[in-house]
Amino acid sequence: MKKSIFMLFAAVMIVAAFACGCTGTGDVTPTPTATPTAAETTAAPAETQTLLIATTTSLYDTGLLDALKTDFEKKYNAKVDIISAGTGKALGYGENGDVDVMMVHDRAREDAFLAAGHGIDRRVFAYNFFVIVGPASDPAGVKNMTPEQAFTTIREKGLADPATVKFVSRGDDSGTHSKEKAIWKAAGFNYSTDIQKSGEWYIEAGTGMGATLVMADEKQAYTLSDIGTYLASKDKISLVPLVEEGDILLNVYSAMRINPEKHPGVNATISKDWINYLITPETQKMIETFGVDTYGEPLFYPAAGNWEKMGVNQSEVEDPVA
Amino acid sequence: MGFIIDGILEAVHLIVTLDPDVIEITALSLVVSLTATVAATLIAVPFGASVTFNEFPGKKILIQLIQTLYSLPTVIVGLLLFLLLTRHGPLGFLGILFTPQAMILAQTILVLPIMTGLTITAISGVDATIRDTILSLGATRLQFLKHVVREARFAILGAVALGFGRAISEVGAAILIGGNIYGRTRVLTTAITLNTSQWNIGTSIALGIILLGIALVVNTVVTIYQQR
Repeated sequence: MKKSIFMLFAAVMIVAAFACGCTGTGDVTPTPTATPTAAETTAAPAETQTLLIATTTSLYDTGLLDALKTDFEKKYNAKVDIISAGTGKALGYGENGDVDVMMVHDRAREDAFLAAGHGIDRRVFAYNFFVIVGPASDPAGVKNMTPEQAFTTIREKGLADPATVKFVSRGDDSGTHSKEKAIWKAAGFNYSTDIQKSGEWYIEAGTGMGATLVMADEKQAYTLSDIGTYLASKDKISLVPLVEEGDILLNVYSAMRINPEKHPGVNATISKDWINYLITPETQKMIETFGVDTYGEPLFYPAAGNWEKMGVNQSEVEDPVA
Repeated sequence: MGFIIDGILEAVHLIVTLDPDVIEITALSLVVSLTATVAATLIAVPFGASVTFNEFPGKKILIQLIQTLYSLPTVIVGLLLFLLLTRHGPLGFLGILFTPQAMILAQTILVLPIMTGLTITAISGVDATIRDTILSLGATRLQFLKHVVREARFAILGAVALGFGRAISEVGAAILIGGNIYGRTRVLTTAITLNTSQWNIGTSIALGIILLGIALVVNTVVTIYQQR
């Protein structure tokens, strides 16, 4: 009996070793992830490369990346692994060289990241808009205000009556969270003294976009969301868009490679392929049409040809990475 | 209320139709946690046995420390390993952060204390007359250990089952070390966390049923074996 249990253990160990690809063969070019699993090695030649992407949750939660990933994997004989984290967390992974590519939407922090030499070859691949969503009853009465006005009103009414007017913040250092802080600032507030912990009306979720929308819906609160995730979650929640106009609500997505010179071991070739893949006319078309048949409107606008609108350099939208 | 019923119906549908995602997530959970349990067993049983039968200064303190670590928080294991395995950490050259291997490592560390401690308890619980008998028959030290462990095998098996239960049900280390990557490091617990927060109730319930089912099967097998 004891023997059979040990046999079972041994069998499990062997299966596990195969399944995890713990083959112990030293790769010539180490990738951040292990060798492909047994299932893949039978399906594709051994030189399948693995690309590890850290992405903002708003891109992930819409499903756009899954669509692009499938297409890319076929075309490039690659395996794409995606870690969904807020921009702040993604930048952290990038700074440590734990991923190959970052896909984020926080211009100011991206610039700092590039300046520090952690990232290279930023390309802008899509844009859309942020929206302020809230309960259909709109207890603070912010419909069609400017974003700054709306925030000011939500704070004022929230302080006075937190039972009916609340705001849920991503609170996770993400790109959307950065945008929220920028709107508070534009409205004339100091975020850490006037907003954070200023009362029960302001709730910091500390989680991804999809989960934050669910939480805001639970509490019948206002929140700031990218339009993509909002549309993708629309059938699960009862919140409605209340403020959709205003320059400050522009949301620009870019991808960049982690600098292989600074972080040896990151995958340099396949990451280049991914960035170039994003800006091809074909992929741009896919981004433009993504979700239209499901949601009745586009979740993203392609960056191609829209560089002026986004306030970025033409080269960042059109020039392939050499 | 209706959404719960809908969720359960969807869950049953996902399980009965062998939804590929659900199967993949379940398989990875089993592979990671079983491997971690086997690895921990291979370390904990010999270690526990040698602690029991050797007298050395600080033995009491060591046993107390092991017992304290029964409640080692999973997120602490996750945090420590993350700091070690991140590319600029001391073990960054391994390049295994966000891989199943790293998750196995985390779960092995996590269950080692409880399995070692319970092994010590199990072996200490072997009747003294049995121990004396084995010795008086002229057993070598290794034979003696082998026989005592064999006497204590039921209790040790209980320790192994408990370790497995702790491994497969933890979420803190799995999310920090694995990163919850779809199709690569997404296991039952992290998938339930994600799907619940995204309001995918059916999937969450399906995975929850499977997780409970695994616990039930393991427990039943151990009980049957212990009663033979």
